[in-house]
Amino acid sequence: MEPTTIEVNDLHKRFGPTVALDGMSFTVMPGQVTGFIGPNGAGKSTTMRVILGLDGADAGRAMIGGRPYRSLQHPLSHVGSLLDAAALQPSRRARNHLLWLAHSQGLTARRVDEVIEQAGLETAARRKAGGYSLGMRQRLGIAAAMLGDPPVLMLDEPFNGLDPEGIVWMRGFLRSLAAEGRAVLVSSHLMSELQDTADHLVIVGRGKVIADTSTAALLAAASGDRVTLRTTAQEEATTVLSHAGATVAVTDGNTLMVSGLAAGHVVTVLGDNAVPFSEVSAHRATLEEAYMELTRDAAEFRAAAPGGSSPWASSGVESGEAGR
Amino acid sequence: MSTGTLTPRRPGLRRGRDSYWQLLRAEWTKFRTVRGWVIGMIVAALVMVLIGLFAAGSAHIGCGGGPGNSPALSGAACLPHVPTGPGGEAVTDSFYFVRQPLAGNGSITVRITALTGQYGGGGGPAIPGSALSDMHRGIQPWSKAGIIIADSTKQGSAYAAMMVTGSHGVAMQDDYTQDIAGLPGTVSAASPRWLRLTRSGDTVTGYDSADGTGWTRVGTAHLAGLSATVQVGLLATSPSYMHLTPFFGGSSGQVGPSLATGVFDHVSLSGGRPGGAWTGDNVGNSDAYGSQTSRVETFRQAGGRFTVTGSGDIAPDVTGPASGVPTATIENHLVGTFAGLIAVVVVAAMFMTAEYRRGLIRTTLAATPRRGRVLAAKAFVIGLVAFVTGLVAAAVAVPIGIRLDRGEGQYVLPVTLLTEVRVLAGTAALLAVAAVFAVAVGTMLRRSAAAVAAVIVVIVLPYILGVAGLLPEGAGEWLLRLSPAAAFAIQQSMPQYPQVANVYTPANGYFPLAPWAGFAVLCGYAALALGAAFFLLRRRDA
Repeated sequence: MEPTTIEVNDLHKRFGPTVALDGMSFTVMPGQVTGFIGPNGAGKSTTMRVILGLDGADAGRAMIGGRPYRSLQHPLSHVGSLLDAAALQPSRRARNHLLWLAHSQGLTARRVDEVIEQAGLETAARRKAGGYSLGMRQRLGIAAAMLGDPPVLMLDEPFNGLDPEGIVWMRGFLRSLAAEGRAVLVSSHLMSELQDTADHLVIVGRGKVIADTSTAALLAAASGDRVTLRTTAQEEATTVLSHAGATVAVTDGNTLMVSGLAAGHVVTVLGDNAVPFSEVSAHRATLEEAYMELTRDAAEFRAAAPGGSSPWASSGVESGEAGR
Repeated sequence: MSTGTLTPRRPGLRRGRDSYWQLLRAEWTKFRTVRGWVIGMIVAALVMVLIGLFAAGSAHIGCGGGPGNSPALSGAACLPHVPTGPGGEAVTDSFYFVRQPLAGNGSITVRITALTGQYGGGGGPAIPGSALSDMHRGIQPWSKAGIIIADSTKQGSAYAAMMVTGSHGVAMQDDYTQDIAGLPGTVSAASPRWLRLTRSGDTVTGYDSADGTGWTRVGTAHLAGLSATVQVGLLATSPSYMHLTPFFGGSSGQVGPSLATGVFDHVSLSGGRPGGAWTGDNVGNSDAYGSQTSRVETFRQAGGRFTVTGSGDIAPDVTGPASGVPTATIENHLVGTFAGLIAVVVVAAMFMTAEYRRGLIRTTLAATPRRGRVLAAKAFVIGLVAFVTGLVAAAVAVPIGIRLDRGEGQYVLPVTLLTEVRVLAGTAALLAVAAVFAVAVGTMLRRSAAAVAAVIVVIVLPYILGVAGLLPEGAGEWLLRLSPAAAFAIQQSMPQYPQVANVYTPANGYFPLAPWAGFAVLCGYAALALGAAFFLLRRRDA
């Protein structure tokens, strides 16, 4: 498989008075899953439509392996995409949906049966697509994206409507695609969905990239050099650590958050001053926290996009057990 | 679930060079895999056939008046004998013929000093002392008196004739369908007309003159296979009196028989037997005047002066009030086309708009970024499906309908094979182009209901308004010239003959435009819509 990238370069687009894309730029590399994250309305779907040549950009370019999508012959062999799992003719059988797509690319019915098997739809393939659950439609969409065995995959919210088993399957599936050397771009408005899946993250808001970083680097940056300290002697610990140059914050009854000192240094300082403690651990941030960290100062953004902030808040509840 | 089955394999590619063919195949797969669309096309064919056959089954013809008012005979026994001309078309061939044989080449010359007539069924005072009661003086526009060279006295024989007419001046006519104008004006003793016909082999040439000295060639008829010995002589005939007023949904008025009397002198025949006697024949045995017929349709010869009176016409048969017998046309069995068209338009519009409704258009355009080709493939596939649907329906409805007609005693005007093929294939093409039009409008409007309504309003509505005669005189004709409904002219099998007085309205099956011209109007609309659809599809965000 030819390693292929998606290059998005300074895309601008307006829908009437609304700015949808405001200088969107990023690159999706082969061999990894790139998470495309942002609140609803941040421009993720619009970017994907521009990449696929469905929407025209007012300015900027999007290239697949150095070529505009519209110039590709048999484009499904270059890019497999799933934009909207509900985009199906309800009275058409699932297999026939794949069949017409295959015919448009010069592919055979044998290939259709292969992707049906890949997506785990063997038993339901002859049913009408209108009777499919959202989860089954996602699998059907994945099957359609895989038809041309493309080096690039672009999936918009593929976790929507999946049951827990489906989510596990989807994560494994995305990881295996990347492991095969494909470039995989997956959008989501839920950071938690991509927690253990994405190697790289493109975080967007209001039509532009807020952060473009590997998942590991983002976590490290967000974790900083903070140390979680569990102790019953909070006041003494705060005093001695402050003397040692650290900043100390109380998170709850007997837990302190220490920053400015490494974990080993904290243990030394506490030992030297005979302050009792039950646990000292280097803090590991979740992606959720990393996002919060990243956007903490973007008050203007958060205030201006109340509709977009709510899903983040709710996901924060789901994964908020860690850390604080 | 395991990801073990996800090991990549290069898919079995079958890449033809021609990706447009792949696109056609994809669109065909799309069409055939939605059962509702396939059923919609079958319904279109069924309603066309059923309405077409119902039109045949509704004719009930009785004849041969039995005791009381009930006809003694009905159905096939009443099928009239209608002569056909050399071209195979049904003809009216009834006239009074004062004749003698002419062997080989020769020529006849006459002077006509009067053409008068009487008719029944109209208003006004009756003629005192007439052999017939209730007749009024007056000539019909196409009353005829003149000279004729005919292959025989059999109806439908090849002929060429020079004649004066009621209000169309001198005319040369041959083989029923040909008509060439000669000297204008009406004939009278003060302004007589000289007429001459010359036979040379298969060619008959007509001349006219106002004074018998200066002659003008009017025309030449080529009568293939004309017998060596032909019948030559004087004719008089007069088509039915018609006074019709357009009426809601048709026309009403009076129709009655008429007579024409021509007065001839200076009759000279060259090439015939010298001193040959003249015989009077009522060709076609018109019995419009019952027992009086032989008294009124006759001729008198006094010295060199002939007075000939006849009734009928020498002309192609038509459908409508001017037709002598109840006639049907092959396209009578295609009256269901408009209903089939509605079903086809619904399916064709949805073939495109359903993609917009479901967002499937994005999948389609991501698979084929060359949007113009997508539209072309869609239009081609739905056009072909509509064509086949229309062709099957027409090819079933017309032959079965004709058979049913004959069983009912309804005479169906014969047409040439070429005309029949044009009517059947034209009906199919009408549905096909309408389907393409609907796809284009669906692309522009992106909504099923709006697209279906728009196409039906511009095609089916003008057709119904025009053909049903629901509009003021002339307005219906203009609708059928300017709207896409003009294409229904492709179904008209009988031409409009200027030399036959008739009510040539859409209600009687006569369209204002010629068949292919009318069809071209629809094609023009479809091409414009397709162009606009191409433009918008390429320009708009999907």
